[in-house]
Amino acid sequence: MTKKVTKAGSISRRRLLTTASAGAALAVSPFRINLLQAEEAPIKIGFPVPLTGPYGAEAQDQVRAGQLAVAQFNDAGGLNGRKAELVVRDDKLNPGEAATRTLELVEKERVNFVVGSLSAAVQLAINNVTKERGVIFNSISQSDAINEAADFSKYTFHEALNPHMTSGAVGRYAFAKFGKKVAFLTADYAYGHEMVRGFLEVGKEFNIENLGDIRHPLGTTDFSTLLPRLQALKPDILCISNFGRDQQIALKQATDFGIKKSIQIIAPLLSHASRVAAGPQAFEGVVGGCSFYWGIEDKFASTKAFNDAFRKMYDGKLPTDYGALGYGGVRTVLEAVKGAGSVETDKVVAAQESLKYDYYKGPQYYRKCDHQSVQSVLVIKSKSKDMKNESDVFEVLSTEEPNEKYLRTCEALGHKS
Amino acid sequence: MAGLSFDLIALQLFAGLALGAIYVLFAIGLSLIFGMLTVVNFAHGAFYMVGAYVGLYLISIGGNFWICLVAVPIAIGLFGLAVERVLIRPLYGRGIDYPLLLTFGLSYVMVECVRIAFGKTGYPFDTPEVLQGAVDIGVGYFPLYRLFVIGATAVVLLALWLFLEKTSFGLIIRAGARDPQIVRVLGVDVSRVWLIVFGIGTAIAGFAGLLAAPLQGVIPEMGGTILAEAFVVTVVGGMGSIGGAVLAGLLVGVVVSMTSLFAPEMAKVSIFALMAIVLIVRPQGFFGRAGLMS
Repeated sequence: MTKKVTKAGSISRRRLLTTASAGAALAVSPFRINLLQAEEAPIKIGFPVPLTGPYGAEAQDQVRAGQLAVAQFNDAGGLNGRKAELVVRDDKLNPGEAATRTLELVEKERVNFVVGSLSAAVQLAINNVTKERGVIFNSISQSDAINEAADFSKYTFHEALNPHMTSGAVGRYAFAKFGKKVAFLTADYAYGHEMVRGFLEVGKEFNIENLGDIRHPLGTTDFSTLLPRLQALKPDILCISNFGRDQQIALKQATDFGIKKSIQIIAPLLSHASRVAAGPQAFEGVVGGCSFYWGIEDKFASTKAFNDAFRKMYDGKLPTDYGALGYGGVRTVLEAVKGAGSVETDKVVAAQESLKYDYYKGPQYYRKCDHQSVQSVLVIKSKSKDMKNESDVFEVLSTEEPNEKYLRTCEALGHKS
Repeated sequence: MAGLSFDLIALQLFAGLALGAIYVLFAIGLSLIFGMLTVVNFAHGAFYMVGAYVGLYLISIGGNFWICLVAVPIAIGLFGLAVERVLIRPLYGRGIDYPLLLTFGLSYVMVECVRIAFGKTGYPFDTPEVLQGAVDIGVGYFPLYRLFVIGATAVVLLALWLFLEKTSFGLIIRAGARDPQIVRVLGVDVSRVWLIVFGIGTAIAGFAGLLAAPLQGVIPEMGGTILAEAFVVTVVGGMGSIGGAVLAGLLVGVVVSMTSLFAPEMAKVSIFALMAIVLIVRPQGFFGRAGLMS
């Protein structure tokens, strides 16, 4: 028995040595590159998004459009034949879950890049994991904190708008038009807080009066106990800063309470998927912002091309705002990979920093200090009649053109100029 | 924030009662099933959700809300009968955790089936036209539809009370809940009684789901949040007590509403704080029978 084991052991040791020396010989030979490439796995992009839970509708669109960006990259030949692949995970809108899934994506799936998230809080959890491990993360949901020096790293990119830009654009439009007395109904987490801060900041220019801010937990299904109070404040504008299903229910119930009769409702972001899920009645007349609306295809060839490709891949469906972000987030990383000619992190970071791109919504670029994508913000209003198709849900009221003056300065964010 | 007026407090109180009516409607089905069958029905939220989807489907094929008010409870009740007969019945007499685990698993299966059939994203569910808008109730405007929900809840409660207290079948049900052994000895088919009780409980859950749909739209996960709140209501009211569920449901609604007025961020926690206080002072709840769980 003992003898046998020893024998087997010695054979395997000999085999190991042979293999190792062959490997070493290969490593120094010029053939190794080709050989490695043939064996190379696809370029993997980890994609953690909240597929289940209150933001599920939006997250599914992110995945669809992300898949489109990957398909286009692969159809165009990939990186010298090397294909890309999207590895989708459900982060359940929970920072802890997202951190675990991201760690898995990085350590087990060995993803080259991470794109995703749909929450101001969750993306910071993902970013913590990726920046520690030196993996590029392109965030496709709103956050101000992710731009700030404390959370930023050179591996962190932010393709989405941030609350400062969004609330700025919506505030400049609404405060000039609808009145100065403003009440807030806010989802009680980073997204809501940052939006309100942004509105109050831009509100200073218009001397708005803050009548009060009522906060509700994420995932609230009944706002009936909050609405009488807001109504009693008698504001000109009710600013509802929440998202996904919370937004759908809040707008529906505010409509039921007759709030729209005397008060203009605004929202920092009007989500396309939520508008479709909640129906025209709930969103009627509400003004808000967005990063993308398919209807700007008359204005930009890139939008038209993106819409057409999306339609073709998904039976005539049109992309939504968050879908477009999924596309933009994945496409910018893959274009940077092409530009760098490699998946090596530092090279891709440099290539992505130098992108001046127009992939789906007009010109954009990443600001050097915080990797925030400088881009336009659309101010939109929900339609309830004259809709040409099921995606014809918004009317673009105005566009704030891309300009660094609408971002907080690099110094204010704590970056060394 | 300034602006606390009598009208606002009165309106807030009313909003609390209206919210409480929704809790009551959801919780009585749960309480009925537990009180009579000692089955903790974790799938109650799933029946509620399926009720909303059945309503959605009926309307999409040309039905209207008023037809749904009758058809949905019947459909969900029949479904409940099938579930009891096939899945729950073999587990009677095996302890409280068997049906609990079964219904817990069943709720996942039901949610997943609905996701497959209708998709993961939600659907709008318009308030029936005649019930749209808000009416002046003296202290402020209140949505007409919510008043309708209060009325519908009252009707269901009255019907249930009449059925249980004034019919001979109701007498058998109450007797069966107290001592199934004796009832069986007297020649009554207890399993048939339980079957019907489970059917009624789930029918009310489906009805509640349909009523909730115009308030918040329809989504596969809609039964999840309300289930947690409904368990608080049944525990506070006393496990298995229908009267307790009514009182506790209204109380929870008012507590949430009043907390929302003064400290909105505490509103969600206040439900559980209330439960903790009640459990410390009166562990069996308002009208609970001690020892039902053992």
